[in-house]
Amino acid sequence: MENQISQDRGGGVPDFSQTLNQHGLVLKRGETITLQVNLGLLCNQVCQHCHLSAGPGRTELMDLNTIHQVIQFQKKAGCEVVDITGGAPEMNPHLKELIEKMAGLSRIIMLRSNLSALYYADDPTLLSLLVKHKVTIVSSLPSLNLSQTDSQRGEGVFDKSIKALKCLNEMGFGKEGTGLVLDLVSSPVGAFMPTDQATAQKRFRKVLKDKWGIVFNQLFTFANIPLGRFETWLKKKGNYDTYLNSLYKGFNPCTVEGLMCRHLISIAWDGYLYDCDFNLAAGLPKSNVRTHISELTTLDFKHQEIAVGNHCYACTAGSGFT
Amino acid sequence: METYYNPDDLLKFEEIGKDAPDLAKKFFEYYGAVFDEGELTVREKSLIALAVAHTIQCPYCIDAYTKGCLEKGSNLAEMTEALHVATAIRGGASLVHGVQMRNIVEKLSM
Repeated sequence: MENQISQDRGGGVPDFSQTLNQHGLVLKRGETITLQVNLGLLCNQVCQHCHLSAGPGRTELMDLNTIHQVIQFQKKAGCEVVDITGGAPEMNPHLKELIEKMAGLSRIIMLRSNLSALYYADDPTLLSLLVKHKVTIVSSLPSLNLSQTDSQRGEGVFDKSIKALKCLNEMGFGKEGTGLVLDLVSSPVGAFMPTDQATAQKRFRKVLKDKWGIVFNQLFTFANIPLGRFETWLKKKGNYDTYLNSLYKGFNPCTVEGLMCRHLISIAWDGYLYDCDFNLAAGLPKSNVRTHISELTTLDFKHQEIAVGNHCYACTAGSGFT
Repeated sequence: METYYNPDDLLKFEEIGKDAPDLAKKFFEYYGAVFDEGELTVREKSLIALAVAHTIQCPYCIDAYTKGCLEKGSNLAEMTEALHVATAIRGGASLVHGVQMRNIVEKLSM
């Protein structure tokens, strides 16, 4: 069934590059502030909205040699933020080494966690390392409702997420005065636009506190990216064109200046470079030229072209994806 | 097959202003203001709209406010409860007229 689904990503809307032109906008790289490291596609969950189609059956993992190349890169580039993602980064055996080495090389280390992987990793060394280096935890929690969360992320995930959040709170994450940051990310559980961020944050703060005594720092709401497993789902349900059209109609030219791809470099599990994690999923290499981290001749990417596709409308809809 | 209701027509709602622009302007401004955050949150207002949409059985409104409720952060359990509120009022409105029935029966019967 999945093989029969069209790979056409047009969605019946103008090409993203055409829309940029119409608004007189040019998307070029600025200063690179964030180094995003994708440790692999292995994950303990099979989320319906995953743009990378990560899951337990995936074998792609960043090896130690590539991790050392990434560390060397950061030594020279000195990016302010190191953003570690996956899959579930906790499932890469070299995560701790990466955090330990990056700690002295960047101002902020972020770990994107699906919560259940962190909780069930049952690794006190990892947890104490996160505290020691004040790693910012960015956790996914799409909804305050069990069935919505489980329908996106798998049966039982909501309960596991609540347990993990309580555990992180106990360690000080999300609590005022600890310097340990716990941010949440809520993405829609279907083919519709995200809730306004300020409104959602207010509600999450109240409900999480009232029902479970959970606190956090900030909540971000982002549109789902029509790639990977989410793209397949959209097409299977006949929602793809309508969804793309909603994103296109929500195009906000003011978001382009602040798009994350202008200030981020994404390194895939195999060491190849991308302008963002979504382009990694779309197979669009950085600046449209397939380049391995070992082949880099410069670290100054300023003014370089950014590869785009129609999935980019997800980052420019409404208040955008920054 | 042609039908009276076409989902694409919902997107043409604003065209209603073509021949009476002043009235449409006033209506849409009012409509927008009603759904702004006030004493009620935008999420609560969407749930009310969804319940009313089912009461008046407007397919455009059901389409718009089902999606609207999801986008405002509501879940299916909350939306279903809102429908039951509308259903209770609709059903109750029928049932409470049973008092009239009883009054008439009382008057006519021995």
